[in-house]
Amino acid sequence: MSPGTNLGAQRLPPTREGAFSAPILPLELRDVCYEVGGARLIDGISLTIETGPRTLILGPNGAGKSLLLRLAHGLLRPSAGQVLWRNRKIAGAGRGPRRQAMVFQKPVLLRRSVRANLDHALALHRIGGEERRQRRREALQATGLSDRGDQPARSLSGGEQQRLALARAWALKPQVLFLDEPTSALDPASTRAVEEIVQALHAAGTKIVMTTHDLGQARRLADEVVFLNRGRLLEQGPADRFFTQPQSREAEAYLAGELLW
Amino acid sequence: MNDLLQAFGQALRLLTSLDASLLEIIALSLRVSLTAVGLAALFGLPLGAAIALFRFPGRRTAVVLLNAMMGLPPVVVGLVIYLLLSRSGPLGVLGLLFTPTAMIVAQFVLVLPIVAALTRQSMEDLWHEYEEQLRSLGSTPARAIPTLLWDGRFTLLTAILAGFGRASAEVGAVMIVGGNIDHVTRMMTTAIALETSKGDLPLALGLGFVLLTLTIAVNGAAELVRRWSKGWTG
Repeated sequence: MSPGTNLGAQRLPPTREGAFSAPILPLELRDVCYEVGGARLIDGISLTIETGPRTLILGPNGAGKSLLLRLAHGLLRPSAGQVLWRNRKIAGAGRGPRRQAMVFQKPVLLRRSVRANLDHALALHRIGGEERRQRRREALQATGLSDRGDQPARSLSGGEQQRLALARAWALKPQVLFLDEPTSALDPASTRAVEEIVQALHAAGTKIVMTTHDLGQARRLADEVVFLNRGRLLEQGPADRFFTQPQSREAEAYLAGELLW
Repeated sequence: MNDLLQAFGQALRLLTSLDASLLEIIALSLRVSLTAVGLAALFGLPLGAAIALFRFPGRRTAVVLLNAMMGLPPVVVGLVIYLLLSRSGPLGVLGLLFTPTAMIVAQFVLVLPIVAALTRQSMEDLWHEYEEQLRSLGSTPARAIPTLLWDGRFTLLTAILAGFGRASAEVGAVMIVGGNIDHVTRMMTTAIALETSKGDLPLALGLGFVLLTLTIAVNGAAELVRRWSKGWTG
């Protein structure tokens, strides 16, 4: 089982850079449901995510934000409905389709040096030689970790660990980057650093799809908002409109800081 | 008490005089046990990791059996291998009975389940922590095996040491398949058993003292390696 078999039925040839260059967006979810032990945690969500705007997924705790990301990323298989990339189903849910990456709330770093963590991810994507060295350098530079290459990854501070997780995603040059509350455990300075890296990725053309429960962060970063409550999609639209004229009563209450359940 | 003091004296005398037959016994013991443990690690680490990461029918049963095999009685293992290797046995043509190779095989069989079972447990815990991240990065369970083995190296060192403990302390299996032949298959444990039954308690205790010291030395060396590399890789 080589990593190259993961993409599923239709394998695309690697480009000279070792990445897959054919565009994968739009991402379309059709009536996606996700159930665990009879409880419907994601309830019939249909939405389309296009190239371009930074999409932020908002909603109270338990709304299904993280599950939605995992379903879209392919880590979870929907109980019903379909997840389509450019109208194509990517077989083998969770096998990490190569042109998308994910940064988790709590990054899992290997017990190796910072550099070896990047090398591992690049090796999985079959990127070696000079290309690997260059991407590693770029990613460390972009995340401000250039002087940390030899340090054990687990000895970094929380903020630096999350930056390394972003560097790892950066090195893979994904078309789509999912971020699951990447700053929820970080102090303001680290949060700011992470937001700047996310901005830079966006500027470099990576589609950002991110969850947060921090409304301030959502206002700073969002171009488009997807609002969930209790596993259902209540709103999707431009950020300005969502923040000034929410369409649903729940979104209005959420923005007003009321507790939703 | 007198016996113990005498034993220390005897052990020191044997060691300081670099008694040839004692050194021969120590060398053979180390050769057999370290080879068996090395082979058990070579096969046991990937085996344990595979059972931890792959889902297949009968997996639970395999885990229970593997755990149970950690407690294999050495004499029974010795007996089975004796039957396999004896002249009339299916592997008799190899002529391995009463050779160091037979002892390595016996200890390998004893150590393999220990290394594999402890590896399985620690790899399962690690996989639980790493799975989402590794799958997200594009790793398959098969590709994750080397990644996890390397990241769990400090825990796995303990598993290997547990295996070495078993091998170096074990007497039943090597006695049966090796035969405790002087200058050929005499190990520390079999020599201790022999000297005790002959009534030469000081020599037996002296050998025991040497065995204990070697075991502590091996574990101490492993701890040093662990500390040294942990300083580098966190």
